[in-house]
Amino acid sequence: MAAVPGAAGTLSAADILSSTLYTQPYDRQLRLWGATGQIALENSHILLINSGPGVVGLETLKNLVLPGAGNFTIQDSAVVDEADLGINFFLEESHLGGFRAEHTCNLLKELNPDVQGNFITEPVESWLSQADALKPYTLILATAPIRPELLTKLTAHADQALVPLFYVHSVGFYSHFSVHLPPAFPIVDTHPSPETTADLRLLKPWPELLEYAKEKTKDMENMAADDHGHIPYIAILLHCLEEWKKEHNGEAPKNYKDKTAFRDLVKKATQTDNPEGGEENFEEAVSAVLKSLNPPEPSSTVKDIFKAPECVIIRENSAPFWVIAHAIGLFYTKYGVLPVPGAVPDMKARSADYIQLQNVYKSKARKDLAEVLESVRFLERNANMSTHIEEKDVEAFCKNAAHIKLVRGRPFHIVPAEGDLKFGSNAKSLAQKLTFPDALIPIYIAFLAWDKFTATHTLDGLAGAPRPPGSSDAEVESDTEKVTSIALKLIDSLVKEAKYTIDEEEYDTIRTQIGELAQELVRAGGGELHNIGALTGGIVSQEVIKVITEQYVPVDNTCVFDGVRSKSSVFKV
Amino acid sequence: MAAADIAFLPNGSEGTRARWKYLDKVLDRPGPFTDPDSFVPGNHETLERAKVLGAGGLGCEILKNLALSGFKDIHVIDMDTIDVSNLNRQFLFRAADVGKYKAEVAAAFVEKRVKGVQITPYCGKIQDKDEEYYKQFALIVCGLDSIEARRWINSMLVGMVDGNDPDSLKPLIDGGTEGFKGQARVIFPTMTSCIECQLDMHAPRAAVPLCTLATIPRQPQHCIEWAHIIAWEEERKEITLDTDDPEHITWLFQKASKRAEEFNIPGVTYSMTQGVVKNIIPAIASTNAIVAASCCNEAFKLLTNANPFLGFPGTDNYMMYTGDESVYTYTFEHQKKDDCPVCGEEALARPLEIDPEATLQEFVDSLAERPEAQLKTPSIRTTEKSLYIQSAADYERMTRPNLEKKMKDLTAEGEEMLVSDKAFPTMFKYVVVWKR
Repeated sequence: MAAVPGAAGTLSAADILSSTLYTQPYDRQLRLWGATGQIALENSHILLINSGPGVVGLETLKNLVLPGAGNFTIQDSAVVDEADLGINFFLEESHLGGFRAEHTCNLLKELNPDVQGNFITEPVESWLSQADALKPYTLILATAPIRPELLTKLTAHADQALVPLFYVHSVGFYSHFSVHLPPAFPIVDTHPSPETTADLRLLKPWPELLEYAKEKTKDMENMAADDHGHIPYIAILLHCLEEWKKEHNGEAPKNYKDKTAFRDLVKKATQTDNPEGGEENFEEAVSAVLKSLNPPEPSSTVKDIFKAPECVIIRENSAPFWVIAHAIGLFYTKYGVLPVPGAVPDMKARSADYIQLQNVYKSKARKDLAEVLESVRFLERNANMSTHIEEKDVEAFCKNAAHIKLVRGRPFHIVPAEGDLKFGSNAKSLAQKLTFPDALIPIYIAFLAWDKFTATHTLDGLAGAPRPPGSSDAEVESDTEKVTSIALKLIDSLVKEAKYTIDEEEYDTIRTQIGELAQELVRAGGGELHNIGALTGGIVSQEVIKVITEQYVPVDNTCVFDGVRSKSSVFKV
Repeated sequence: MAAADIAFLPNGSEGTRARWKYLDKVLDRPGPFTDPDSFVPGNHETLERAKVLGAGGLGCEILKNLALSGFKDIHVIDMDTIDVSNLNRQFLFRAADVGKYKAEVAAAFVEKRVKGVQITPYCGKIQDKDEEYYKQFALIVCGLDSIEARRWINSMLVGMVDGNDPDSLKPLIDGGTEGFKGQARVIFPTMTSCIECQLDMHAPRAAVPLCTLATIPRQPQHCIEWAHIIAWEEERKEITLDTDDPEHITWLFQKASKRAEEFNIPGVTYSMTQGVVKNIIPAIASTNAIVAASCCNEAFKLLTNANPFLGFPGTDNYMMYTGDESVYTYTFEHQKKDDCPVCGEEALARPLEIDPEATLQEFVDSLAERPEAQLKTPSIRTTEKSLYIQSAADYERMTRPNLEKKMKDLTAEGEEMLVSDKAFPTMFKYVVVWKR
């Protein structure tokens, strides 16, 4: 192949190499998170603190090793027994009596030669007491049961080192996880669905766009049929808007009534004396009226980001996200709109007309970007920053400015072995949603009760290993009663803390529900079902990928799955 | 495993239930939601005896999950061989397995890993098998990648149902994924909403009109489709396009790039060319894990009655999962359609809106895209005559001249129209309604 650098249709050696050798096994995922996401994944080091039957943690890791998360470490002091073989896919008969961490690590490593795996068999209590034990890891997964004081230690580390921490339950048909993210977890690349991203600025056009519309609709009524049928719909709408404004004191259609009237006006401009009896471009224009004629106002989510304390004052150590957000905030204050993203949806049009329109949007986007970039440089100088934010990062931000997200990570609940749990700032919303049938909060409460039970009961003769409720047949009934009563106490203290009142009837419903949920949890005797472990491992691994790549939108901050009814729910705790 | 290793195993570990300690908790103990009339505590035999079938791109997950749910007699169908792009999620395959049959490698792997389970592979199409074959299973779990295969197995299972033989009803559990999204559904053929009833939920992507490709391309994808559909036919007709051949993709990529350059269209890449030409759907291990496990969870509940399952008539039968913005599931009952061409009342014909001015050719093309039809090689008859028959070459030649005629000259409003497609054993019955 005669390779001329940059010429159309030529593949460089690197292009061929990357598309066939390296990227091929990862092709299907690179289409989701791209090279930057993949690099982030490869640079990660995930720690799994495994316990219980251990399925959910390993199934999570499986889904992270396969796509090439760079490093993982399994801490698990359990020894492989018969029961492990009936539930865990990453163990074999020859491993009986060996360390579970070692053998699961080895079989997981087989899945992907690019991934480094390590294991730690030292008991978690003594291992965690070493200084810097957690230092190498960029993300931590802990599965239940785990002692409350150890979980508290992990939370403290997550807080101080800004490392994401997941806490996961999988018991019988139910599962739960909570994630503790850093206090500011911003996402630029949220991958909004394409239908929501078109931002055409028809109500805030700039001179070049108006000029374009004028040119394309000039003497529209007398155009040849083929020309008329190829006017890009954006030009049609802008033309009709000018006509409308003439009749309406220079104002664009404001409400639904105006818009439907305006839509009729557009419809009327369609030529119907042709074999098709209509025109595709005019149909596009008509169907775009309701969704495109809105003022390009940023969402409250975005405006709140401009008001965040980290955004308001830029310091030497401010993260690039805040510097760019501040610069875009300045742009918004000045113009009342966000920078033009620059993308134009496909539409019926001739090639040259469409490309010309695309360029009108692109040059405006470039102009807006230049202005934001100038503010960014000014902020950098002002704050004495030593490094420059890359232009491509500012560009990516401008393109997706309307869809950026900020998650405020915070610690999740840890039920202390002694004393009461404080539900904290979200107590009210949890209490309010207690009786919502789809919120599944009672399952969450039942898991908290399960934790409390496990933390306060030990297996005889096993050096005080935690005993999950229902582990022996003889105690199923009494354990169910205990878990139910712990859960009801938790509900009482939640309602009290939230200063919320539940009427008697609702309370009876909750009481019955909690009794049933406790019974179903205790039935499992602390055991996992492989399917629920695998399903939950799938969800948790999706979340881990979102957090590591800083793409898409992660769960904030708790998710419950009900495998009896096949439903899930997400809420903040 | 070497024979020497076995000597170290604790005596009697085979044959005891020690291995199923956790599973037995939910098999031996009733729960608050178990139906006391159908759940038998301590029943381990149903699971062990049930013969179940797994198929499709989610096969790795399905086999692992079924084996670790206590199923002992599992069959698997897959016609595909292992491709390097499968390795990021199909965890039973290694780089050294590329080119081998998926069903064989997967079956051998799971049999080796999970002792006591028997997995019988068949390397071929689901369409190779007949009623006798499907009859032997207690239920079928599918993670098929094509809508055609789903519709085929669906109509096979609906057709098998014999009102006098309860054993002829085989529940179908189906899962599918795309990127961070997926769905799991349970179908009781003839009793609840079937794949065909739900067809419009999986509408095909609208094809770009040929005239756009030929004369006014605007997007890089238009240039790629042009190279794929038009340029290849014109310049390399004698070579059959193989989308797995890098030389072929490179040729299309270069053609598309040249065309894009002519029209000043930016953005054609090699990867995009591959994506468009092969219609690549992004896929990751996580989503496959979620959907396959949900399917197998339903299969387990269905056979053991350990808890209520999706799909019982009058209850939820469909779970939709979305993971790209937080986590969202929507679980609901999809209603059976009375006029479903596969499981509906036999006499009912569906209204089909047709443009009287369109040619038969245009109508034939539109059947592929209409969400409720999605028929790519239809043969069409009215009560009066055959309009276009593709199933046999002679008939095709005879009816071909009709393709240029207008619909209003071939049929009339209110007339019944029968459409068949060689991909499906079903006859689709429509009644013509003119589009106004």
